[in-house]
Amino acid sequence: MTERDAGVDEAVAAAFRTEWGRIVATLIRTTGDWDLAEECAQDAFARALETWPAGIPDKPGAWLTTVARNRALDRMRRAGVEAAKLREVAALPGPDAPAADDSGIVDDRLRLVFTCCHPALPVEARVALTLRTLAGLTTAEIARALLTSEPTMAKRLVRAKHKIRAAGIPYRVPAAEALPERLDGVLAVVYLLFNEGYAASAGEVLIRRRLCDEALRLAGLLVRLLPCSETFGLAALLLLQHSRRDARVDRHGRLVTLDQQDRSRWDQEAIDDGLALLERAGGEGPYALQARIAACHATAPTARTTDWRRIVDLYTTLLEVTGSPVVALNRAVAVGMAHGPQANLSLVEELESSGDLAGYHLLPAVRGDLLERSGRLDEARESYARALALATNEPDRDHLRRLIAHGRP
Amino acid sequence: MKYLLLICGDENGDFSGVDLDPTAWVEEMTARGVRKDGDRLAPTSAATTVRMDGASVLVSDGPFAETKEQVGGFDIIEAADLDEAIEIASKHPVVQIGTIEIRPFWGQ
Repeated sequence: MTERDAGVDEAVAAAFRTEWGRIVATLIRTTGDWDLAEECAQDAFARALETWPAGIPDKPGAWLTTVARNRALDRMRRAGVEAAKLREVAALPGPDAPAADDSGIVDDRLRLVFTCCHPALPVEARVALTLRTLAGLTTAEIARALLTSEPTMAKRLVRAKHKIRAAGIPYRVPAAEALPERLDGVLAVVYLLFNEGYAASAGEVLIRRRLCDEALRLAGLLVRLLPCSETFGLAALLLLQHSRRDARVDRHGRLVTLDQQDRSRWDQEAIDDGLALLERAGGEGPYALQARIAACHATAPTARTTDWRRIVDLYTTLLEVTGSPVVALNRAVAVGMAHGPQANLSLVEELESSGDLAGYHLLPAVRGDLLERSGRLDEARESYARALALATNEPDRDHLRRLIAHGRP
Repeated sequence: MKYLLLICGDENGDFSGVDLDPTAWVEEMTARGVRKDGDRLAPTSAATTVRMDGASVLVSDGPFAETKEQVGGFDIIEAADLDEAIEIASKHPVVQIGTIEIRPFWGQ
């Protein structure tokens, strides 16, 4: 590949990351046709690869928008779409129109994200649609990232688009009274996306990392388009977790727990950005609270000197807000770190007898850790073995096998 | 868009103390111009199902499926989109104790 071609590829890839979602979102609004919007956006990027070697346009985004729009007009004309609809598509902002972000007009991507994450769609479809339309992942990439087959994923996307049409799921930002609840749904999808990527699975590391990157990009977009406590909270939380990505696996690809991580390998820039976002996330929403917990870790020089008492307080509030048994378990871990393993063994036993977390491998894993710290090694191994039987993710399973064989490092 | 609201609930449930009178909702939604029609149905004990078995008509007692909740009424509404339909349905008194299924009409 010549240097020049590499430059073109890089420019097209960069434009893809910043422009894909915007082009698709605007074409969906004006044409009402999801498939047409995606295909015309795809065509525009294919054209860019062909023609940009002769010279990269000054405003790649505007160039791509124009090409995609003309392509849509062509195809609609050929399909016999009436003139009024064509005029609407033709009235898309032209190459010299100001960027949507600073014009005060609602960004079409915000409409798109609320439609993709509509509660009337099944959760898996929300994630897949968001990845397809906003992030531009191909069906094959989404299938690989979410560990399913391509035909299954294709069917899921077709079904979701059909439901949007048939059920009349609107293409707009919800009215003020419904906004907080619906925004929660959007943030949940972005968080799910990030966690799918964060749960590293061997062999698929690259596509998984892409999920994290897209989740971070979406969180950044939401912060810009809909700045409020919870969007800041989510963006901060993702960045703070992301800052530990290099330290959480060793060079053999094995999981390294938080207390064992080499903190010099944490991404300081991501931490600083995350802390800056966190300052703007007020209130006691679940993401802001989790981000504050992540910040306690991010700013502690060692596991031992972490402010565990503050973390316990934050988890207590989070538990009140969410009522989640997983949060209760995390709180129990923090109580153990703050007050010693005996203090939380009873909390863990309480959770076990409640049955709320039956089948969740981290419950026996935490119990094993507590028993081991209390010197009850045989019982600890037994708990780790129960956790191993429940764990599905390979790095987790590997970590548990090592605990059974050698105990804590 | 035109939607059918299937008003469902446990017809044998005891809901004393819950105000399930839909009169105010019907008046509000009719005045708003979104409710076009609707009615309450007799309990499923009055239901009869009909199928064909080969060439003969098979008639049986009861609803088409035994479910925890039964269709107890319906409303036909005209809403801008699903969000408006959800808003309308969520104001129906039966959502306090039951479920409302929102079904768009075919081919819109």
